[in-house]
Parts: sequence; C-alpha cells; structure tokens
Amino acid sequence: MATASEKPVRPSAALSPNQLLEMYYFARLARDVEERLVILFRQSKVIGGLYRSLGQEGESVATAYALERRDAVLPLIRNMGALMTVGVRPLEIFRQYMAKGTSNSRGRDLNIHIVHLPDPDANEPVIVGPISMLGDSIPVAAGIAMGARMRGRPRVAMAWIGDGATSTGAFHEGMNFAAVQKIPLVVVAEDNKYAYSTPIAKQMAITRIDERAASYGIPHDLVDGNDMLAVYDVAKRMVDTARAGGGAQLIGVDTMRMQGHAQHDDARYVPKAVVEEWAARDPLERFRKTLIQDRQTASEKDFVDIDRMTKEYAAKEADLAVDEPMPDPATVARGVYAGDDFAVPRVELVASPFASKPDLSGRA
Amino acid sequence: MAVITYLEAIRQALFDEMGRDERVFVIGEDVGAYGGAFKVTEGLIDRFGEPRVIDTPISEAAIVGSAIGASYMGMRPVCEIQFIDFIACCFDMLTNFAATSRYRNGAGAPIVVRGPSGGGVGGGPFHSLNPESFFLNTPGLKMVEPATAYDAKGLLKAAIRDDDPVLYFEHKFLYRRIKDEVPDEDYVVPIGKAAVRREGSDLSIITFGAMVHTALDAAKALEADGVQAEVLDLRSLAPLDREAILTSVSKTSRALLLYEARRTGGIGGELAAIIAEEAFEYLDAPIMRIASQDAPVPYAPQLEAAFLPSVEKVVAGARRLVEY
Repeated sequence: MATASEKPVRPSAALSPNQLLEMYYFARLARDVEERLVILFRQSKVIGGLYRSLGQEGESVATAYALERRDAVLPLIRNMGALMTVGVRPLEIFRQYMAKGTSNSRGRDLNIHIVHLPDPDANEPVIVGPISMLGDSIPVAAGIAMGARMRGRPRVAMAWIGDGATSTGAFHEGMNFAAVQKIPLVVVAEDNKYAYSTPIAKQMAITRIDERAASYGIPHDLVDGNDMLAVYDVAKRMVDTARAGGGAQLIGVDTMRMQGHAQHDDARYVPKAVVEEWAARDPLERFRKTLIQDRQTASEKDFVDIDRMTKEYAAKEADLAVDEPMPDPATVARGVYAGDDFAVPRVELVASPFASKPDLSGRA
Repeated sequence: MAVITYLEAIRQALFDEMGRDERVFVIGEDVGAYGGAFKVTEGLIDRFGEPRVIDTPISEAAIVGSAIGASYMGMRPVCEIQFIDFIACCFDMLTNFAATSRYRNGAGAPIVVRGPSGGGVGGGPFHSLNPESFFLNTPGLKMVEPATAYDAKGLLKAAIRDDDPVLYFEHKFLYRRIKDEVPDEDYVVPIGKAAVRREGSDLSIITFGAMVHTALDAAKALEADGVQAEVLDLRSLAPLDREAILTSVSKTSRALLLYEARRTGGIGGELAAIIAEEAFEYLDAPIMRIASQDAPVPYAPQLEAAFLPSVEKVVAGARRLVEY
C-alpha cells in the first residue's frame, strides 16, 4: 500500500530508454510522412485535401503508446502519430492520399480513411478510420469494444476526437451509451483551439474540454498535450482502468493545431502570438530535451540518427507509392455488396526498428 | 406448420436466429424486460439474457453506430427502431457509415435495422412513416418489407444471415391482423425475389407490405367486372426483382404501381422508370402510380383515410387503365 508521503509512480517511469526513443521515432515519422505529403500535394499528386497534424504528433503517439497490441484505434485525420504507433506502414498512407489502386480503399476513399480488421485471434490492432461526419466514430468505437467483449476477446477501443466534433449529437450519444454500458472506451478529446476556423469559445461554453465527460459520469482529466510523457501517464492509467472494468474514460488534451484546417487554409484567423507561443512548446523538441537533459536516457546523437532514419524512410515510401497504378475505372461499381468483394480491410503493419530490442517485450 | 400472426413470425425469427447463432443480438429502446413497444422482442431477455438483449438510451445513432462497430468484431446485431419514423435520427449512420463501409475499405457491416412502419392506425405524423424512398438512392443498403407471416419470418432470417446492412420494414397494420401458415423448421425467403400473389392477364398491380392486401381486395372487386389483375409482391425493395417486374408487365401490358409512401419521389418513380426503359413496347396504357398524398401523415381517421391509398382508389385506377 502506498502511504500519503509517497509520490505516486508515474507510468512513464516504467518506460525503458529504448521505448522512449521509440515514442520519439513514431512522432518524428508522423511529421516526416506529412512533410513528404506536402511535397506530393504541391506536385498535385495528392488528389484531395491534406490535413497536417503539426504540433499534435506528440499527444497522438503518447496516447496510442498506452495501448496493447490487440486494442482498437479510431483515429481522426490529425492522428498520423497514432497510425505510426500501431504500425501502419507509411506506404499505406501515401497510397491513400494519392488515390492509388493499391491503397486500402482501392482509390475509393481518401487520406487516413483506412480499415484493418484482423482475425479475432491475431495479435494485431483493429483500425477503423473516420468518416467525414466526425462524431460518428464514437458510437462505432463503443460498438467495437462492446462487440469484442461479447465475442470473448476483449479489446480496449481508443477514439480521438477534436473539439469541434465533441459538439455533435453522435459524440453525445456514443459517450452516454458507452458510460451506461461500462464499455472499455478511451476517448482522446483534442482541444487544438480551432475547428476549421471556429475558435473553441464558439464551440463550447466550458473552458476545459474534458468537462464534456462529466455529465455522462465518465472519469476525465486534462493534460498538457505537448508534453508526451504527461500524456502517456494519463492515457496509460485510463487504458488500464478501462481494461480492468472501469468503463469509459476521457482524456482532454490541451494542444494547438499549428497549421490551417488543410493546406488550402492559411489560418489567418489565428493570432500570430498564439502560434508563436505554441511553436515554443513543440512536443518533439520538448521530448528531446526531457530525455537528454532531465532523464539523461538519450544522447543528441540518438535523435540525430532517428531524424535521419525517419526522413529517409518517409521519402523512400513516398517514392514507392508514386509509381503505383491508379485504379481501373472498370472497377467503379465493384464491392458495393458482399459477394463481389474488392477492397480488403487489411493494411500492412510493420514493426519499428526499436521493436526488436529486448526491453520492448512488455508492450506485447 | 402453424398459423401464426405476422408479429409472432418476426418474434420466432429472432428466437430462432439467436438460438442458432450466438453472435446474433438485439439492441434498441425498451426491447428487454418490456419486450418492445409492440412486444416483438417479448421473452428474448428471459431466454438469452441481458448481454444479448440490450436496452439503450434514446439514441438511435448510438444504436446503429454501436451495431456497426460490433458487426466489425463479427457480431450480428439486430437493431430495433421503436417506430421506423425515428430512423431519421440515425440516417447519417446508415447512409454514410454502414452503406459505404464495404465499398470504401472492404469492411462489411452485417447489421439489421428493423422497426414498425406504415400508417392506417392513427399514428399521426411521427408514427406512420414508410421510409423506403429515403434509402433507395443509397447503394450498399438492402431493404425488405414482408406482407405475410411466412415472409416476415423468412425474410428476417435472411436479413440476419446477410453479409450487408439490411433495413427490415415491418408494417404495423399487419402485426396482429395477418395470420398464415409458417413452417416450424428452418427456412429463409431470399432477398431480391418478388412473389406473384395473384395471377392475372389484364394489368399488373406492383406493390409490397400492407398494400399487397389492399391490392388483393381490389383484384377481387375487379374480378366481378371481368378484369383479371395480377398482384406482384416485391418483398425486396433493394435490390428490386427487375425480372419479376418485367415478366409481369410484359404479360399484362398495364402497370399500376401501388405504394403507401408519399407519391412524389417514391419507389413508384423508380419502378416506372424500369418499366419505361425496358418494357416500353409492351405497354398498352400509361404507367400509373397510386400512393399517399404529398403531405405529412395526418392524425384524424378521416384525414388519414383520405391520405392513404385504398381499395376504392386502386379499383378506380385499374378501371381507367383497362379502359385506356
């Protein structure tokens, strides 16, 4: 039993130096994949819009890192970090954005709207990308965790949602249902200050996004979203609580969308001072500093190596995708109904270069 | 073989399918201890227990959304919409999420969404809907509506076993009014197949749901005048049994499209287009639609009677077609 004088142990204290570097690797990879997408966008190779998660990679990775391998993730467009963390091969992302015939959706749907439904006994994550009606992911996430529990193969579901989407009816219905049914659902509510051009003050009359959870009786907390270790601490406790039968949980994440809604949007409605303030709080830079100076578990060279590795990897994957074929127009009406299956709900999953190191065995 | 009501046939299908397949579960408002607003799910909770008969908050988007998620995990959810009018509250989940899921990522969402439809019972504007045309323009969904107890059971079993999302509209006017012979042993009525309810040579009345009975009554009245009407029960509204439609019309050369939803933008427009495109040269008369008035569903019995199609309206329409 802990006594009052003992400080509670932060879950992140149990992360090995190797795991900490792996977290950085995923966040950096997310940023580099998006940087590469910007180049492809400017070359008109990205067909639709491009939505950056600049400034939010840290919370996206740190929340997903609290999950076990078999858990379910329902990311939004700005959760590239979560997708990298659960092992989605960057090639899959490039294919989707460029509407390639080889993409998860066979060119039918855009950006990170990908789905991975593994065999129930496989040691793989369930991935269900969003649809553009953003609140819809919450009831679906609740159903995934409920269905997995009914089948005797329980999984925690983690769903990310922006401040704007917490205003939808589907969000409310899903949260309330998950609370009543004590479903192991962890919702990451990202206050990134703007929903397209609408500031959060026009989105809700409360100042803490996590208070959305209060009326459902869902335990909630607010965390500095640009402090990866702090985010991990809250996420890990909530994931553990949900898994142990504690029902739905909500993490409020205080962060900032550092670019416009999409590439076409110069975000002139955001005061410059706000951008500058948040630029100084870049989650990757802060994490780097923490590991080198405070924790002293990594060196400058470790980060230089990772930066080079992720940049090269993203470029290589983008190059591979560029040369792949576009979909055959003759396939347009295929796969609408069962019996003519066309797209397959599978993406290629890859392990990070840090996964083979022995001290990662805890993250089964 | 036993003679049972339309409602009992639906309940039997649920009992059978839940007994046959442990992945099947029921989710909706008041479906547990209360047994549903019309008692369709009565007894399910005693037999199968609470985890498989889920009472929900008043949250149609959560009902259908969580069903989609559960179906991704291999479950076979059957959602009850207390009155089908409330399907508008989960329209987004059905049309944007469920209907596109397989096409977009190969992720089939085998859910059934069922509920009491239709008027004639004084339900007023929000308890009387026939919503099929709202969904007719949404590929990825299937839709069925039975007219007999036999089909009610067989179509629900087929819907539950189907790998795609199926909307199952049960006409509340028929719940306890219709009784017919239903086998005890397992059977399904295949989705996508219409049934000829009455053979005839002078015109085809193409219809479904409660209007099948209106059509049969009209056919009987017409027979006294020597007019032989064929009655085709579509049973499936998506996909439509085009072959059965065209076979009947090319035989009779006259098409009367009878449906209980509002006239404009209804399923009759689609049926008329199919016939005009593919059986034009067989027609001896214009295609005729008989449907409800273009108004919200009214409450007063006198108003609702004026609003709905009736035997008299069908007989008058059929005479005009035959005399054309």
